[in-house]
Amino acid sequence: MGSLFRSEEMTLCQLFLQSEAAYACVSELGELGLVQFRDLNPDVNAFQRKFVNEVRRCDEMERKLRYLEKEIRRDGIPMLEIPGEVPEAPQPREMIDLEATFEKLENELREVNQNAEALKRNYLELTELKHILRKTQVFFDEMADPSREEEQVTLLGEEGLMAGGQALKLGFVAGVILRERIPAFERMLWRACRGNVFLRQAEIDTPLEDPSSSDQVYKSVFIIFFQGDQLKTRVKKICEGFRATLYPCPEAPADRREMAMGVMTRIEDLNTVLGQTQDHRHRVLVAAAKNIKNWFVKVRKIKAIYHTLNLFNLDVTQKCLIAECWVPALDMETIQLALRRGTERSGSSVPPILNRMETLEDPPTYNRTNKFTSAFQNLIYAYGVATYREVNPAPYTIITFPFLFAVMFGDLGHGALMAAFGFWMCYKEKPLQAKKIDSEIWNIFFGGRYIVLLMGLFSMYTGLIYNDIFSKSLNIFGSSWQNNYNESTLRENKALQLNPDSEDYLQYPYAFGIDPVWQLAEANKIIFMNAYKMKISIIIGVFHMLFGVCMSLWNHIYFKRRISIYVEFIPQIMFLTLLFFYMVLLMFIKWTTYGPSPPYFGSQDPEIVKTSGFCAPSILITFINMMLFKTDANTRPQCDPTMFAGQIGLQKFFVILALMCVPVMLFGKPYYLMKEQKKRASQGHQSMEAAAENGAAGGAPAPAPRGHDDDITEVFIHQAIHTIEYVLGSVSHTASYLRLWALSLAHAQLAEVAWNMLLRKGLKSAGYQGGIYLYVVFAGWAAISVSILVLMEGLSAFLHTLRLHWVEFQSKFYSGEGYLFQPFSFEVILDSAGQTEE
Amino acid sequence: MGASFVPITVFTVFWGVVGIVCPFFAPKGPNRGIIQVVLMLTAATCWLFWLCAYMAQMNPLIGPRLDNETLIWISQTWGKSYKQ
Repeated sequence: MGSLFRSEEMTLCQLFLQSEAAYACVSELGELGLVQFRDLNPDVNAFQRKFVNEVRRCDEMERKLRYLEKEIRRDGIPMLEIPGEVPEAPQPREMIDLEATFEKLENELREVNQNAEALKRNYLELTELKHILRKTQVFFDEMADPSREEEQVTLLGEEGLMAGGQALKLGFVAGVILRERIPAFERMLWRACRGNVFLRQAEIDTPLEDPSSSDQVYKSVFIIFFQGDQLKTRVKKICEGFRATLYPCPEAPADRREMAMGVMTRIEDLNTVLGQTQDHRHRVLVAAAKNIKNWFVKVRKIKAIYHTLNLFNLDVTQKCLIAECWVPALDMETIQLALRRGTERSGSSVPPILNRMETLEDPPTYNRTNKFTSAFQNLIYAYGVATYREVNPAPYTIITFPFLFAVMFGDLGHGALMAAFGFWMCYKEKPLQAKKIDSEIWNIFFGGRYIVLLMGLFSMYTGLIYNDIFSKSLNIFGSSWQNNYNESTLRENKALQLNPDSEDYLQYPYAFGIDPVWQLAEANKIIFMNAYKMKISIIIGVFHMLFGVCMSLWNHIYFKRRISIYVEFIPQIMFLTLLFFYMVLLMFIKWTTYGPSPPYFGSQDPEIVKTSGFCAPSILITFINMMLFKTDANTRPQCDPTMFAGQIGLQKFFVILALMCVPVMLFGKPYYLMKEQKKRASQGHQSMEAAAENGAAGGAPAPAPRGHDDDITEVFIHQAIHTIEYVLGSVSHTASYLRLWALSLAHAQLAEVAWNMLLRKGLKSAGYQGGIYLYVVFAGWAAISVSILVLMEGLSAFLHTLRLHWVEFQSKFYSGEGYLFQPFSFEVILDSAGQTEE
Repeated sequence: MGASFVPITVFTVFWGVVGIVCPFFAPKGPNRGIIQVVLMLTAATCWLFWLCAYMAQMNPLIGPRLDNETLIWISQTWGKSYKQ
């Protein structure tokens, strides 16, 4: 049946597609997302496959699109999301058009970028020249300054003497260098030219844009004065080494002024051209940004189709492609329709053929889920994918998971906060999904929004039963406890205990949940709650485990493993019931039998004393004595040693019966298999054909284990492991459910501490300053409540209930050895491609 | 036994309706089975949880130990005032 209780029935099919129709049919199947193709060419290299060229072309197109996207992002242009429906995969002939478009766009963009770079370089040079012309003016003025004649003389001194009075003119070079390099540059000049050159430098205030890297760098103008050609070459070489750009600077001030004006005009012209280039680039990118998401989708779809076509086998006559695929049995009709649509679209006349194939392989596991059930299904899959057609624990997890969480989290206030959060996420589902928020933590919470909502709702229910709202209790139905002490007793004693075996207790319990008086009893609240919560943890645990064992029965019936029912299921359930369900019954019996006896309060009548609170036995001690066949010495002579007549005898009988189940679990299946083998072997001797038929008919629908003689030890070991796991597991798992008690206790205590230490102090403060104090303290209390009690405790309880499901519940029946059905689906491919991008 | 007739009937009938009667009216469609399972499990777990809380308090073995101030307060606010 096509439902969530079991994974879907899958068939292996062979698909015959005509070569012309293949592309269109695969495109239709990709939109449908219901077919998982198998690779029929596993030995073929990726480069030798039939459609490798097309895949290469798609890769090229994708590269161009990525380049375009990078440029669009660099300019900060918003890319339009795809309006309406996702486009279909285009026809193969459209691919050529797309390629041409992308080629043109890429070339245009590259050209524009190159031009822009050249222009910027030019602009940089002109700007540097402008700065040089400005700053060197200062230098030349200083040079002409008579007060500097001394230096001039010194500089000229040696050379002048040696050259003998020639007209000594100082040469100079002017340039621009990065500011960071100036000290090293100066040192190098000094050393290399032996101090015979004179460097002046001035910083350029505004940063300049480096054309290739688009960084803003700070540069300085320098001018070097030297004499002679040797020094000139040396200086020029050093400038080259330090990557300083040299500019021709005219000596005469008039020339310099003229040059400066020319430079200004050229700079302005360049600015205009640069502006226009940027505008053009912007226009090109904006036009591309409108369609780029669309193109990405189309290219990815084409690539996916060709990858899939590569998995197909080409028929010998080169006329058609053969594919093998796993298909859900219920969807054969839909797939046939899709194939027919594809054939029509491609205009081919030959219809495709979908053939069922018989196989002994394990089919993949497929569960049809909707947005609500998929979250719970994923929780189960995270542990292990279900074996093909085995019972699926997910539909039950929808309720048991939030319920077990709520037992650990039970607080009406915190549950309401969690439910509100879950409700908001579910109500605003569509707008939140459309936003495509990047944060992984948010995506985890959003993916589990239905789980959060259910957990919150169940926590509100258990919070009402535990009568705990932010560590306070609600008195809705009227407490069943009242005060009967008189004033003098109250004045003399700081604390007094109410006695249930008296008028203090109204002899009927609070109608819904825990009585509100217990929250006020700070002294012994925990004693009562511990006894209560431990018992309910064991009760819930035993029921959960019994449910798990019953699921295994369902599996055995479906897979027609009749013998497993007798030698596995029946001993398992007997063991669990006779020991642990009996303990649960004892708890219920203790709750009903022992207690106050109205109207004979405090009576000493032996019959009444026997059912009073004084004589109530400890369930744990009873259970231990039952297992050890021990009887304690009776320390309370007026009480009965047992809870009901014949208890000792019944317990001995239960234990012996349960222990007898263990060898049945251990040896039952191997013994039966050995018998089967001998029967088969002896029949095989009689006639070979009959043996073959028997072997084929004697197997169950699931592949039958071939019982060779050497496998029998394997079966023994396998069965021994399973038995030990089950027997020891039933004890340890039952105790493991006590975590329900432990976490709910921790949660209640944390809430109480938060209230007492924070909000109570705020509420008790008086006056106007008390109001402000309360305002501040409330912020602290609210922050602690949300971050520690809701978030941290919530995550903790989530983890523990997940463990309870995976280990304690599923180990009773789940094998989880299947593999997931991964259909060829465009949706999945586009989603994953979109995610890897970000 | 300290059990009272009214609460037991009310809650058992309520969860009985949710868990046994409502599944028959589950809307037909692909999710019918899931809705039935959800209703039955909700009813079973919630009823069991309520029942355990009720039965644990029916015949209490100990009573709450309260401060004298708390005892005075519950006498005044919850009904029966204390004797002199």
